[in-house]
Amino acid sequence: MSYDLLTFIWFVLLGILLVGYSILDGFDLGVGILHPFVAKNDQERRLVMNSIGPLWDGNEVWLVTFGGALFAAFPVAYATVFSSFYTAFFLLLTCLIGRAVSLEFRSKVHSTAWRKLWDVSFFLSSFTAAFLLGVAGGNVMAGMELGPKYHYQGSLLSQIYWYPLLVGCLTVSLFALHGAIFLYLKTEHDLQARLRRTITPLFYVFAGMYCIVTLATWWHVPHATVNIAEYPVLWVVPVLNALAVLNIPRAMHLGKPGYAFFSSSMVILALASLFSVAIFPNFMLSTIDPAYSITLENARSSAGTLQTMLVIAAIGIPCVVSYTVIIYWIFRGKVKLDPHSY
Amino acid sequence: MDVEILSRLQFAGTIMFHYLFPPLSIGLGLQLFLCELAYFRTRNPSWEAAARFWTRVFAVNFAMGVATGIVMEFEFGTNWAAYSRFVGDVFGSALAAEGIFAFFLESGFLAVLVFGWDRVGPAMHLFSTLMVFLGSAFSAVWIVVANSWQQTPAGYHIVWHDVQGEMMPRAEVTDFWAMVFNPSSVDRLTHTLIGALVLGAFFVASVCSYYLLKKRHEDVAKRCLSIALPSALAFSLLAAATGHDSAQKLVETQPAKLAAMEAHFHSSDEPTGLTLFGWPDTENETVHFSVKVPYLLSLMVYNDPTKPVPAMDQIPVDERPPVWLPFQTFHLMVAMGTLMIGIAALACWSWYRGTYANKRWLLWAIVLMPLAAMTANQAGWITAEVGRQPWIVYPSVQGGVEMMGLRTADGLSESVTAEQVLTSIIMFGIIYSLLFAVWVYVLNSKIQHGPETGDELTEYKRTLKPDSMSDQFSRSGKPLGGEMLEEGVE
Repeated sequence: MSYDLLTFIWFVLLGILLVGYSILDGFDLGVGILHPFVAKNDQERRLVMNSIGPLWDGNEVWLVTFGGALFAAFPVAYATVFSSFYTAFFLLLTCLIGRAVSLEFRSKVHSTAWRKLWDVSFFLSSFTAAFLLGVAGGNVMAGMELGPKYHYQGSLLSQIYWYPLLVGCLTVSLFALHGAIFLYLKTEHDLQARLRRTITPLFYVFAGMYCIVTLATWWHVPHATVNIAEYPVLWVVPVLNALAVLNIPRAMHLGKPGYAFFSSSMVILALASLFSVAIFPNFMLSTIDPAYSITLENARSSAGTLQTMLVIAAIGIPCVVSYTVIIYWIFRGKVKLDPHSY
Repeated sequence: MDVEILSRLQFAGTIMFHYLFPPLSIGLGLQLFLCELAYFRTRNPSWEAAARFWTRVFAVNFAMGVATGIVMEFEFGTNWAAYSRFVGDVFGSALAAEGIFAFFLESGFLAVLVFGWDRVGPAMHLFSTLMVFLGSAFSAVWIVVANSWQQTPAGYHIVWHDVQGEMMPRAEVTDFWAMVFNPSSVDRLTHTLIGALVLGAFFVASVCSYYLLKKRHEDVAKRCLSIALPSALAFSLLAAATGHDSAQKLVETQPAKLAAMEAHFHSSDEPTGLTLFGWPDTENETVHFSVKVPYLLSLMVYNDPTKPVPAMDQIPVDERPPVWLPFQTFHLMVAMGTLMIGIAALACWSWYRGTYANKRWLLWAIVLMPLAAMTANQAGWITAEVGRQPWIVYPSVQGGVEMMGLRTADGLSESVTAEQVLTSIIMFGIIYSLLFAVWVYVLNSKIQHGPETGDELTEYKRTLKPDSMSDQFSRSGKPLGGEMLEEGVE
């Protein structure tokens, strides 16, 4: 297998890990964002939390593995991206810690104040994590102040401006919608009826953000469309994306929430694919001088390592898929509280 | 303070805090599996009550391990960018293998272990418990392999890459299996894993001994002790044996670390003695208040009491590690290890004689032993990591060719400032202190609540019918199984 092909395969595999993370942890984060608004009492809050109870930990592993795989396949990108986003990234990690312990500790003690504290922490960490993921994505999309020899020359403040903030809002609205559909699938009775009423406004918020960010990208990130212009077949992605977006309200209207959940997953897949197409063949475009950019070529590991990693992935991925399926099968159906719940 | 010191402090702090949890997950995982295996074979509800109880304790600990572990995965990139570029080709593959082979396995089956008690059959549940234990052990495998490679690199070469006109070195794998089975992997891995198993065994023994002292849950406590005490003794002895193996390798692979651990400053042709304790003084190259046993170090390192051990003066001055800290932490670890062997042996003996439950001082000693095990685990890692300074990746010789190493000071992120690192240290300091308090509080409340009795559990399972579950629940709004299994501390 040629070195370039291996490199491309690893770019795609990383994309798959990122999509897996966004679809799976996306609904976890969405559930966290919705949690204070849709649940009316303690029992409902526990139901909402336990809908992702057995799942969130495995979902988060996608991000961890994405980190490990990026380190292995494109060490230069791993090193530069995470050190550039230093402060933002530590905030994100704090949020992921906050989410984990909020779920774990909230229902362990019978005290209103205690539970309230973890409810607030669960919401804030889920919301901020979703937002920061979007802000980081927006920055990578638009390019960053990368100087010579991969030294990042910007700061946290230069990462916060209107475009990444808009992408952050898009991510929050998308995950909230995705999480609402997931919760609709997992709940019953009043709670489910209330969720049905939130899905429609959430959809309009998301659709609005989607249009705004699309226009903003056209205007602010001209290089984003270069690849699509060059390979017109890639038009399939934005078209499917739009269809998937429109299919969400259609499927809900037809009374097929599973289909709606599939559609919102496809929206995430399409948006992540658009993101990958837009940045390819860079990991991080330098706004100072394109020659300083981190590309697939200068970031990659040696051919031998990429090959070994491919073998590891070929052994590992079928295992991962099989027990992911087993776990989702065991915990299928409506969420119930039992003595082992959070 | 400069970025290097701050980054090292941050890494040390976050990894040490993280390392409170995974060894307990590994060690407790094995104890949990053994309890559940006993239940599976005997179908005695008391064993099931024990397994369910340890599951609850395990879940709290595991969540903390996950929460603090995700920081570690990215800290190489955030704080050690130059290092990450240098080792990514090697280190990254081990880290990715950890994610794909270990983390998915443990996190997936953890769901069945924790939430699946009333959803899957006993065989599937037992299998899940085993998978969680294996997953946590696998993650130790890959991360220790990656760490060992930095200490005793193998199976790689240095390639110079042109980075915008400047040539930069990078380690690249030439032989994957030689990298994985580098000279210290196996020794360090067995020692690390056994350290975790020791902690798990003492943890179970500690909680159960506490119940015996308080005359609560005695049936479950005695059952678990019959597993925990012998395994605590066996693993403590194995820890000593594997530690001895590691130290014997050290003289060839990292003589500077061994010299630091023993505060062995001056070479001579005489046999080398072992310093039992003392206060090393690097400036004057001496050890104050030391008590030394002649010949012993030579004997332990070479199995030959007359062969001298190389000292720190054979290491170039700018390649010497600090001495005081590795010396003290190493001796602390050995002291704790010896203490654990002694106490475990006494406990096993009186267990065998049937007098264990009446020896209050021994019960209290066992109650405190997890602290000794945790101290030993942490102290051992401090020895290993401080003792390898100033190298983040050791230099080595591969096939007669000298390979450059990487100094810790050269591994930093260029774009990160001291203020940023300091801010993140303060942030993590606050969050981790709070988490630690909450963890202790919740763990304590779990332990105070304790396991159900076997009869209570049988009664609970009788009421558990799939159909009635949701009806009963939606009507009463109360947790199923009455108040029996509801946990709390009010």
